[in-house]
Amino acid sequence: MDDLLTIAGKSYSSRLLVGTGKYKDFAQTREAVDASGAQIVTVAIRRTNIGQDPNAPSLLDALPPSRFTYLPNTAGCYTADDAVRTLRLARELLDDHRLVKLEVLGDPHTLFPNMPETLKAAEVLVKEGFEVMVYCSDDPIQAKMLEDIGCVAVMPLASLIGSGMGVLNPWNVQLVRDAVKVPVLLDAGVGTASDAAIAMELGCDGVLMNTAIALANDPVKMAGAMKKGVEAGREAFLAGRMPRKYYTASPSSPTTGMIGS
Amino acid sequence: MTTHTTTSLLSLKINGEARSLAAPATVAALLDEMGLTGKRLAVERNGEIVPKGLHGSTQLADGDALEIVVAVGGG
Repeated sequence: MDDLLTIAGKSYSSRLLVGTGKYKDFAQTREAVDASGAQIVTVAIRRTNIGQDPNAPSLLDALPPSRFTYLPNTAGCYTADDAVRTLRLARELLDDHRLVKLEVLGDPHTLFPNMPETLKAAEVLVKEGFEVMVYCSDDPIQAKMLEDIGCVAVMPLASLIGSGMGVLNPWNVQLVRDAVKVPVLLDAGVGTASDAAIAMELGCDGVLMNTAIALANDPVKMAGAMKKGVEAGREAFLAGRMPRKYYTASPSSPTTGMIGS
Repeated sequence: MTTHTTTSLLSLKINGEARSLAAPATVAALLDEMGLTGKRLAVERNGEIVPKGLHGSTQLADGDALEIVVAVGGG
């Protein structure tokens, strides 16, 4: 049976979601996205540069929205109002597209989520018919609040955005996993493939990353490694790990039939 | 009472920058002047979305603040 990730009624075979920022150029972006196998890609919404060549290639040429599910984000927004405005623009830009990534940041140093503003924005967006995937703290109580508002996925941070520090609090990630029924996607902080595998072994439904791929020495190779990390972690989770035996070893080879016995 | 019969200029704020445009003008005319016709973008006028279908019929007024946005790479 296929093991699919279902978000807002739509199913995806890939559990790795990737960002499209920080790449050398659009060709590398596309190559890395292809290597990652991701079907959902995040994009940012920004002002057109006045005076810029309007005929320069755009991200939408490199990653056709017909082939990838776009996830417009609110990166850089520090208030609920700015985040809501940004996503209304995204919906208009992408022809009534509803699936969005809400993130309301607390400060530019940590990029930690501002949860009161995040909850406020989520309320408005859900009422307006958006399908809200939401970047949040690794706090089971607030994750449940976001689910109750009607968010379609919660996305706690593993560690600070762009830090590559990995899963710093696996217990909290599991608490979030146990607190909600909607998909839990680990967002932010993954540094390498084992981090992605750990997230999936903890029971996360998916992982979203950008910098770990884009800033690797070889982003395309790392994208492939992340794909395998997510798949390996997912399979390990489904297989069910052996219990940990803290103080006792258990030999893998027979204890009888030794020579000279 | 004074009446202006000469072509008047609209003072607009576009993406935070001041810009003037001969009146009357629509959102579509502004996009055309900026070389953006046919591009994948979204327009907000004074805090409200102007849907694509209404670009041609939405008249700009003096003092309007517009945001014109596109999708770019991001995480």
